[in-house]
Amino acid sequence: MIEFRGVTKRFPDGTVAVDDLDLVVESGRITVFVGPSGCGKTTSLRMINRMIEPTGGTISVEGKDIMSRDAAELRRGIGYVIQQAGLFPHRTILDNIATVPLLLGWNKKQARERAAELMDTVGLAAEMAKRYPAQLSGGQQQRVGVARALAADPPVLLMDEPFSAVDPIVRETLQDELLRLQGELGKTIVFVTHDIDEAIKLGDKVAVFRTGGKLAQYDEPGVLLSRPADDFVDSFVGRDRGYRGLGFLSSDGLPIGDLPVVAVGDRMPTDGWAVVVDGERRPLGWVARGTGTVSEDALVPGGSLYDAGAGSLRAALDAALSSPSGRGVAVDGDGRVLGSIGADDVLRGLADSREADGVPGADTVRGADVTDRVG
Amino acid sequence: MNWVIENLGFIASLLTDHIVFSLVPVVIGLVIAVPLGWLANRAGFGRAVVVNLAGLLYTIPSLALFVFLPAILGTGILDPVNVIVALSVYTVALLVRTVADALEAVPPLVVDAATAMGFKPFRRFVAAELPISVPVILAGVRVAAVSSISLVTVGSVIGFGGLGQMFTDGFQRSITAEVVAGIVLVVVLALVVDGILLLIGRLLTPWDRAARAVAQGATA
Repeated sequence: MIEFRGVTKRFPDGTVAVDDLDLVVESGRITVFVGPSGCGKTTSLRMINRMIEPTGGTISVEGKDIMSRDAAELRRGIGYVIQQAGLFPHRTILDNIATVPLLLGWNKKQARERAAELMDTVGLAAEMAKRYPAQLSGGQQQRVGVARALAADPPVLLMDEPFSAVDPIVRETLQDELLRLQGELGKTIVFVTHDIDEAIKLGDKVAVFRTGGKLAQYDEPGVLLSRPADDFVDSFVGRDRGYRGLGFLSSDGLPIGDLPVVAVGDRMPTDGWAVVVDGERRPLGWVARGTGTVSEDALVPGGSLYDAGAGSLRAALDAALSSPSGRGVAVDGDGRVLGSIGADDVLRGLADSREADGVPGADTVRGADVTDRVG
Repeated sequence: MNWVIENLGFIASLLTDHIVFSLVPVVIGLVIAVPLGWLANRAGFGRAVVVNLAGLLYTIPSLALFVFLPAILGTGILDPVNVIVALSVYTVALLVRTVADALEAVPPLVVDAATAMGFKPFRRFVAAELPISVPVILAGVRVAAVSSISLVTVGSVIGFGGLGQMFTDGFQRSITAEVVAGIVLVVVLALVVDGILLLIGRLLTPWDRAARAVAQGATA
């Protein structure tokens, strides 16, 4: 647990970067600090490992005041990942990852073994061990940065806009990897970003900061979307928040409708649309009413798939909206067609869930959302 | 040519002197310049002072330095230490700025990450800032070494000029072959030392070449 109590940072020129911050970062969860530039999110993060010293209030990590500990020793116990990774250009990937264990006095062999293990953990091929950072792509360097931060197995991980310098596709992969890793490791992670979508995707809890270093709202992402505290949070959370909020609502109990299914070589449907499946009942695409037999050429690409077991209302609605037939394809965990889902079913489901608990976001699923596509 | 063959022993001893007189100061100068450069780089305002003072040293004429050093150091006027000290001063003059610039060019993100991982300043300097500065510092050392090899010859006015003795001796005794051989040897020595330093640099910084190869690939 990391606790900020009345923390203020006033720079010598008088600027107040963080103003009387009270906040508790829960153990084993991802807490995201988000806000526009100059809101104090990075300053708040950097005060945790004393890269910046607070001018007022106290910060404690696991109940211990950070100011009572030697700064360098404190830092060795807290993983730190920064933008563009900040790797040592003159050290191999393996030695970069081994940095903190070596600082802690492990012998070289132990440290390198641990580093090799971590390369595997973060999905780096073993043959990269002997390369230098400049020989890696931005995304790979960032993985090294994460591995380096994890090397000494610190309970706390600070991540300062770690994925902002990589392209959007790589960023998404890295985010998914982080969530996967966190599922295994259960670290206390504080993550800073200016990207509200990243915050909502990664955060168990999200702290929205406003310019001047004030905490505007601190809540679970579903709550942030459904009930922003004020106009600032509302505008910062941005457009389509109603739609995005569906990503946090479970689709349990949504009725799965019938869906005509054909295989390649079958007769074309005589009425409406049908989904073409392969031998495993996995969807290949859609065909509309016609004559003759179904051929691969006639396939119309489908929309997103809705995983009926794990999907959110957002995934269900997107499947329906993106399908050429107006009915979304519902699949099971193995991607086999179960039936169809309509947009009206989703809206009814939303109304039901509102009626049931009145608190959207109380019954949440992790926003798995739109991944696979048909055809 | 005959003169050279007849005086091989003499030439060899001058060459040895020359190597010692020119390269020992480079090593001493580097050892002094690194902490000074570090200091200059750390001390915002002090930087200009340190770097410019060091630069000023280089403007002192070498002849004057050879003459005044005995008075300052209390050495005899005909002491080879004068040459070593004088050339060390020039190396410091050249390298303080280089070291300061090299340290300044270390990516701030790298230094920041190192601090955040728990490096204390001295260890961070040894483990990160200094090795990352090696390519730039080494470029400076190559200039200093070549310059030092050439400046040693001036020491011949006080009798410790290494191969420079061949110029004065050759002029006084009108042995053209001696003068020419001296010039050729100084040039060759400078080229060889420069080549060796280049090689050492490559061995010390395989990462720098790897980075260059990547950068070239990106622009090609």
